[in-house]
Amino acid sequence: MLRSITARIAQALGLILAVMCLNFLLIHLTPGDPATVIVGESGAGDPELLEEIRAQYGLDRPFVVQLVTYVGRVATGDLGDSYFFNQSVTSLISARLWPTVLLVGTALTFAVAAGTMVGVATARRPESPLSHGATVLALVGFSMPVFWTGIMLVILFASTWKLLPVQGWHDVSYGEGVLANVLDVGEHLVLPALTLGLIYLAQYSRLSRASMLEVLESDYVRTARAKGLGERRVVYKHALRNAVIPVVTVIGLQFGALLSGALLVETVFNWPGLGRLAFDSILRRDTSVLLGVLMVSSVMVIVANLLTDLLYTIIDPRIRLRERSNA
Amino acid sequence: MPDAAGLGDVAAADMGVTPGLGAGGGPGAARPGRETFRLFVRNKAAVVGVLMLAGVVFMTVAGPSLYDQDPKDIVARPLIGPGELTEARLGTDYLGRDVLAGVINGGGTSLTVAAMAAAMVLVIGIGIGAVAGYYGGWADSALMRFTEFFQVLPALLFAMVVVALFEPSMWTIAFAIGVVAWPGIARITRAEFLRLKNLEFVRAARAVGATDWRIIRKVVFPNALPPLIVSATLIMGTAILFEAGLAFLGLGDPNTTSWGLMIGLNRGNFLTAWWSVTFPGLAIFFTVLSFSLIGDGLQDAYNPKLRGR
Repeated sequence: MLRSITARIAQALGLILAVMCLNFLLIHLTPGDPATVIVGESGAGDPELLEEIRAQYGLDRPFVVQLVTYVGRVATGDLGDSYFFNQSVTSLISARLWPTVLLVGTALTFAVAAGTMVGVATARRPESPLSHGATVLALVGFSMPVFWTGIMLVILFASTWKLLPVQGWHDVSYGEGVLANVLDVGEHLVLPALTLGLIYLAQYSRLSRASMLEVLESDYVRTARAKGLGERRVVYKHALRNAVIPVVTVIGLQFGALLSGALLVETVFNWPGLGRLAFDSILRRDTSVLLGVLMVSSVMVIVANLLTDLLYTIIDPRIRLRERSNA
Repeated sequence: MPDAAGLGDVAAADMGVTPGLGAGGGPGAARPGRETFRLFVRNKAAVVGVLMLAGVVFMTVAGPSLYDQDPKDIVARPLIGPGELTEARLGTDYLGRDVLAGVINGGGTSLTVAAMAAAMVLVIGIGIGAVAGYYGGWADSALMRFTEFFQVLPALLFAMVVVALFEPSMWTIAFAIGVVAWPGIARITRAEFLRLKNLEFVRAARAVGATDWRIIRKVVFPNALPPLIVSATLIMGTAILFEAGLAFLGLGDPNTTSWGLMIGLNRGNFLTAWWSVTFPGLAIFFTVLSFSLIGDGLQDAYNPKLRGR
């Protein structure tokens, strides 16, 4: 067990190294001077800065030395500087990381909890109207572009019914104290999280419905019923645990897609997270920040995958980490 | 979607495609194609999907000549609502351009880019998946590590970086989408090849001296097709959403009209002019929905036991 966890962590570190190499390659494959790419177009007019960058990254040295220098810098948390902000990329990103984590975390929790509930309810009555409704919802949820869903929700909730705030994550004037702060952010969080969560709610409900239907037909569930357990106990205690495993698998696999969705949602709602930062960096031609966001987001996906794998062993002790990583 | 291949098989979960679709369809099964077709056309949702797609394709191909209005022309005052003008039935956008003309002309870019990206996804995904699954061993481990790497890249962000660093053109965008979207197909192909490569008819082909290349192409691949056809359909939907997302962010080809770009450009005015974002969005929605419905229908037709799941 310990050995397989170590192996899994080593694999994650290998992936992180690979992402660093990819960033390096992107800088060098881009047409033009790598130093210009690193400082971004806004900084390229400054010859002194370009010289400094060339010296820092060893851009006049052999390719391999450049790679090692680059990876060494990134590994120590140095993602370069933003010429636009005159600030280190690491500090810029760490300020924007939490809003994104909050948004993605809330959306995911909502989608998993509600999706599993809908999935279980519909699996117990597969021919009910609710069940068919959930199937339709899954198709519709998958087919809507997430940024458009966001805009439609804004038109409904903010323009037509005037219920919720739609921009940023704070009002200009919010009350004093921690509680007022939390309430204010919470109120701003509802629509972005709902937008992002809806797609995954649709998918998870469909997935958990299918796997619940499968599990409910299995022998051990029949045994549980035969020995006289109540239906509620059979479903929620015995069947659910096995039925959520595919959902957990998909959470890990889709985390990258979830993050991609968050980027679009942040742009729609002006949510001050990594996506908004990446978008603004493209407009400002601030390449070092853009590559930094790619690096940090990839690491987030890798960590999320690692956590899902560990979660497996808790839900189902039969699954050895090693078996899964070979699958 | 029951997990037919066991818990270890995450390939299927990628896109909700079940491995081993059409497992009974090996050589010798009686006219599997005709039976599949019969099941497909009896599925109402799938037929609706086909009709919807036909409508979208017709609008995109024939629309521009039937409704002769350049989507870039300014036809009236900005932000006029739908139904108020005869020259712009769906209203005008923030510059006074005809929204209906935009919707009609916007599909060409989306569908072309999506088709190019899907083709690229299939070539890379099937190539890598087939080699990994058929040969196994170190080739499999190496290729699967490679695939894993592409799965941890947040796809849209990577595509954003590629398009931002290189020139935004239809080719760059299709390339960016293709590079990030193939791992799902590779995993499904690999799972199918793993399942099929030791079956009797494949061993028989090997015994009579067929080369690896011939076995892969003529014996294993045709039997691995059903889940790949389903995924290819779903990939088209994903690619359209992708292209729309990039265009919405302003990373599309600036010289063409596309649905995503229309929503992105009118973003500042959507509270006063809902029509300028709603109609292009509906166009994306129905196009992707048609592909989802067709994909679902194919999945059910190939594997009738799973219907309704």
